[in-house]
Amino acid sequence: MTSLNAKDKNAVKAFWAKVPGNEEKIGADALSRMLAVYPQTKTYFSHWKDLSPGSPQVRKHGKTIVCGVGEAVGKIDNLTAGLLNLSELHAFTLRVDPANFKILSHNLLVVLAIAFPTEFTPEAHVALDKFLASLAGALSEKYR
Amino acid sequence: MVEWTEQERSIITGIFANLSYEEIGPKALVRCLIVYPWTQRYFSSFGNLYNAEAIRGNPNVAAHGIKVLHGLDRAVKNMDNIKATYAELSVLHSEKLHVDPDNFRVSSAGLQQMHSAHLKADRLVSRRLTFPLFLHQLLADCLTIEIAAKLGTAFTADTQAAFQKFLAVVVSALGRQYH
Repeated sequence: MTSLNAKDKNAVKAFWAKVPGNEEKIGADALSRMLAVYPQTKTYFSHWKDLSPGSPQVRKHGKTIVCGVGEAVGKIDNLTAGLLNLSELHAFTLRVDPANFKILSHNLLVVLAIAFPTEFTPEAHVALDKFLASLAGALSEKYR
Repeated sequence: MVEWTEQERSIITGIFANLSYEEIGPKALVRCLIVYPWTQRYFSSFGNLYNAEAIRGNPNVAAHGIKVLHGLDRAVKNMDNIKATYAELSVLHSEKLHVDPDNFRVSSAGLQQMHSAHLKADRLVSRRLTFPLFLHQLLADCLTIEIAAKLGTAFTADTQAAFQKFLAVVVSALGRQYH
């Protein structure tokens, strides 16, 4: 996996500056899309009563995820160290198959493209794609 | 045999009916070449792809992007027989172009003509490199992003599901002749 250069980091920070205030909206949308387009991901949420797009659980969890990504943006200079606790959570408690990180990332990018069509240029896209891949890698650190 | 609901058919035909191939085709291919630069290996005959500006301004890239959408159009018009629709193109891609089928979902009505006119078999054999099959869905994902940006909130989760299902069937059909 390629590491992030200065240009990538600046592009990610600049783009993510648009997100604060919209975490729930973006997160709920990304999560809903993932559940609809990749139904196998529902397996991780069998304990939820309501998996429909507007549901309180989807909205709350969507917000949690996007806030987490935002925190990672703040720790972009050392994702592995910064996300140690979250990695342990995902590895030992949640045990989400890391293949699903790619799926969620894709849906996050779709949502960002819809929310910010002019700003989500190919250049912003590649930086965010690299960042999300690095983030997934950091979350997978503790798996084995 | 792929089953399509009435809703899925209507979503897919609706997207293509209202699409500007001239606008979205080039954008999707440009995005793919910038976001996944290794895909440029299949377009070395297109001229200058050295940087994002060059890619955006390259008329061959734009023309090819449009062709891609016209090729997808064929599948839209033959949704119940996508495999057969692309059988010919699949053979072309596996035997003449040695393109990694996981890397692209490209098809075009004029593809066979264009390639036999411009690319000689011996030149392809000499450029042939084995490529592991993990470059999956890249052009399709870029097309999904461009359509999402264009349609905005109208590109609902259900719309996305139908569209991605359609692209997955196309990719699978194009990859069939490789095995």
